[in-house]
Order: sequence, then structure tokens, then C-alpha cells
Amino acid sequence: MDAALFYIFAAMTLIGALLTVTRRNPVHSAISLILSLLGIAGIFLLQAAEFLFAVQILLYVGGVMVLFLFVVMLIHLEEAAKLRNYTRQWPVAVVALLAVLIEVLAFLNAGLPGLPPSPSPRPLLPGNTERIADALFNTYVLPFEAASLLLLVAIVGAVWMARKKEVAE
Amino acid sequence: MNFSPITTGHYLVLSAALLLIGSVGLLMRRNVIIMLMSIELILNAVNINLVAFSRHWQQVTGQVFAIFVITVAVAETAVGLGILIALFRNRGTVLSDEIDLLKW
Repeated sequence: MDAALFYIFAAMTLIGALLTVTRRNPVHSAISLILSLLGIAGIFLLQAAEFLFAVQILLYVGGVMVLFLFVVMLIHLEEAAKLRNYTRQWPVAVVALLAVLIEVLAFLNAGLPGLPPSPSPRPLLPGNTERIADALFNTYVLPFEAASLLLLVAIVGAVWMARKKEVAE
Repeated sequence: MNFSPITTGHYLVLSAALLLIGSVGLLMRRNVIIMLMSIELILNAVNINLVAFSRHWQQVTGQVFAIFVITVAVAETAVGLGILIALFRNRGTVLSDEIDLLKW
């Protein structure tokens, strides 16, 4: 059961990702990316990361993808979709990626070296969200505050960048 | 690699495959919007990796770092799309090889 679910979600993720990078129309790409992100959310759920599952659905599928679709609609791309799909230096990219692929396959062939077996689960673990909150607000308070500052800067920056400039006379 | 009991290694393989697909998109597509989507794919591959090791070691730190990665990804997307809108307004294109003002 677990294995079947893993392969279903993995197939969703990889097929969605492949469609994202190959489709000509950016709207189709965005919808394929939603498929891929939903598969990743399922993978999180399989690994007992319920909070990240909820964040993935709400933030990525709900927030980021709406942002992408808004921009795709805002920038009309009918003529761009008819042009070449790939950059001129794509053979260089193919060579580099083939090298990485061969390296990854070699590692897979050799197996995972030195990954010790996981410790046995401790009894009476509280829920996943409580544990994340515990770690986030005790150990990682400073990075948390830095992340909030980063988000503030990003919001202000995005609004400033995308705003229509008045022509000064 | 056997197929039936799902181990941490299976998640790492999935993560590596997703990373490679994302890199293909980032390096080969002309459309900057698709390149931003490929960056999302790459960051999600990293998240799968972090969560897999978090499960493996029975520790929640990996998931906390995945939250930080998601935060940075969202900030990057917002700023990137803002830049893209400004770029389209000024140059009328979102194709990466036509943005060559600094190239000689």
C-alpha cells in the first residue's frame, strides 16, 4: 500500500515536472507544475510531514501558482509561444546535464554508502505540527525572524518593481 | 535497488530526478517564466531531500529547514515576477536570449 502510494505520487511529480519543462504554452506549463507540486505534497504526507503537506497545498498550489498564472495572463505571450522553445546553447546544457545524470546513475549503482539505519522511533512523540512549532520558536527563533524580515523586503520589492512608473516631466 | 519496501534511498532518487528535470528547464528554456518555474522544481527537490532525512533520523530539524526553503522560494518568486513585469513593460519581451543589453 505504502509502496503503491509512493510510486503514484512519484509518477505525478515526475510527469508533471517533465510536462512543465517541455510544454510550449506557459499556461499548460503552470498547470503541469500544479500536478507536480500536488505529487510532492503527497510525498510529504507519506513521510509523516503533515504540516509541510498543508503548507505545500496552501502556499504553493494556492499562492505561488496563482501568482504565476496572473503574470502569464498579464504578459500576453501568443507570439512568443510560436517561436523557438529552447535557447541556442542547448547542446552545451545537454552535455552538462548528461554528465550529472551519469554521475547520479553511478552513485545509484553503487548504492547509498554509509547511510546508517534510522534510530527506532521514540515513544510518545507529540504531533508533527507541535514538534515543528517547538523547534521553530525555541531553537530557530532568530532564523524565523530573519525569514519574516526577508518576506517583508520581498513584498515591498515586488510591489516597487512591478508598479507602473509615472513619466516625470 | 529493490522496489518494494520504500526506503530513504527511494526518496533521494526521486529528489535527484526532479533536480535534473528542473535543471533541464532552467538551462534550456527561453521563456523566463518557465525558468522561474524550473527554479521552483529544483527547490522542491531539495525539500523532498530534507524531509526524507528528517524522517530517517526521526528529527524535526529537516522539516524546519524545508519551511525556510519554502519561505525563500516564495520571496524569490514574488521578486522575480515583479522584475519580469517591469522587464516586459520596458523591453516588450520575456525571452532570455533577447535581453542582451549588457552583452557585446
